[in-house]
Amino acid sequence: MYSEKVMDHFMNPRNVGEIENPSGTGIVGNPKCGDIMQMFLQIEDNVITDVKFKTFGCGAAIATSSMATEMVKGKTIEEALKLTNKAVAEALDGLPPVKMHCSLLAEQALKEALEDYFTKNNIPLPEGFTKPNVEEDED
Amino acid sequence: MDRIYLDNAATCGLLPEVVEAMQPVLAGKPVNASSVHAFGRDAKKLLDEAREKVAKALGAKKEEIFFTSGGSEADNWAIKGTAGIKGRGHIITSAIEHHAVLHTCQALEKQGFQVTYLPVDEYGLVDPKAVEDAIREDTILVSIMAANNEIGTIEPIEEIGAICKAHKVPFHTDAVQAVGHMEIRVHEMNIDMLSLSGHKLGAPQGVGVLYVRTGLRLQNLIDGGAQERSRRAGTENMLGIVGLGRAIELATENMEKNNAYETALRDKLIHGILDTIPDSRLNGHPTRRLPGNVNVCIRYIEGESLLLLLDMNGIAASSGSACTSGSLDPSHVLLAIGLPHEIAHGSLRLTLNHLNTEEEIDRTIQALKPIVERLRAMSPLFNQQKGGSQLV
Repeated sequence: MYSEKVMDHFMNPRNVGEIENPSGTGIVGNPKCGDIMQMFLQIEDNVITDVKFKTFGCGAAIATSSMATEMVKGKTIEEALKLTNKAVAEALDGLPPVKMHCSLLAEQALKEALEDYFTKNNIPLPEGFTKPNVEEDED
Repeated sequence: MDRIYLDNAATCGLLPEVVEAMQPVLAGKPVNASSVHAFGRDAKKLLDEAREKVAKALGAKKEEIFFTSGGSEADNWAIKGTAGIKGRGHIITSAIEHHAVLHTCQALEKQGFQVTYLPVDEYGLVDPKAVEDAIREDTILVSIMAANNEIGTIEPIEEIGAICKAHKVPFHTDAVQAVGHMEIRVHEMNIDMLSLSGHKLGAPQGVGVLYVRTGLRLQNLIDGGAQERSRRAGTENMLGIVGLGRAIELATENMEKNNAYETALRDKLIHGILDTIPDSRLNGHPTRRLPGNVNVCIRYIEGESLLLLLDMNGIAASSGSACTSGSLDPSHVLLAIGLPHEIAHGSLRLTLNHLNTEEEIDRTIQALKPIVERLRAMSPLFNQQKGGSQLV
């Protein structure tokens, strides 16, 4: 049911862990639904120099967390903000339809972490900043 | 890598003795038991023999045994067939039934029937007193499973049968998981209808049985030819039926031996998991459970990732997590025994049979610990529990 890329990222997840005193962190999902994703960002000079995650969830949830961290590492904030759940799913060679919400969770966790960074540094939210609403999707 | 199969409650492979018994059909001789010619008579003989074997295993008469396409059809027929005769009324079932019963009852609710879904206790047991209290003037059927497919809890069907008899309400039991693992005497236990399935016993998929007590009226589910005494049409699935006959005969002959063997392995597996994995719990009753059933919850991790990693280690299991059920809710059975969602998501079902070995159980216990540690290391919930940085 999963692509080889999903299985690879599930079996060998990249960037698992935590960052102490991160520039920004976001945690999304809830244990009731069976998925929780937490993302940690280290940001220097507008560039994401390091990123880590922790995830409680199914194979797709772990794989999308891993892929999303890979896709934003070394990118500027502006570039990272353009990451969509579809891009994460495509980079994994697709996800089963019932698992698409996992990729939404990854996008949301990243945006929560960026919002946390903006708030901590008194940076106004960029124009058009939106976060996908995972809760609605899950109902 | 030798794979270990611990998903026997989902299906088990064909038993070699069953394959052997099916040879006359597999050899390619035409077997239509309705035909008048010699081929037909030979087929009729095979059919009768299989029916007798099933009847003997259940303590029923052979004319009370009706072959179906499986357990789901048998459940549907028992419930919809009763509803069809009565036209209206009230049905009592439990919250932990198989979907073949639950969804059938829900379908009848849409047609105006009323259904009581009895709760269960923390072990998954239905209280017979609660069945009695729920019986009303217009109750047309009680359907309570003999043993639960997820957590293995064995229900007090004999007591429930006695209550139903006293109140003159027909009693159906879904015994798909129970047959071959517990002594069932339908007449003594006041069971009016019983469903069973072939592929849980080592026969092929696509064959099952509904036992219907003599004199009980039931609307047909499948109309057509005169097969099964005009109560279930369709040319008989001879391969499946012959296989089922042999499988149930074997299961009955070996029940005592297999139960003792499986119970010992089961308890070894349960204790092996609970002793080596902190924050794990057994679901279902510690002793009133099917000999081959192990169901545990492992906190802070999610069932599907656990299954994928077990599979990578050559171990086949199942889970009641949302991700494996195809919905966003975890198993209705685990919720009914009072588990919160987040714990139910971390469930693991390992179901063994007499073909599993002690060495396989040891390997499973050994494989589980590092898998759980690995998933917990990346779980934000585990982190939170252990006092790490936390935001939830």
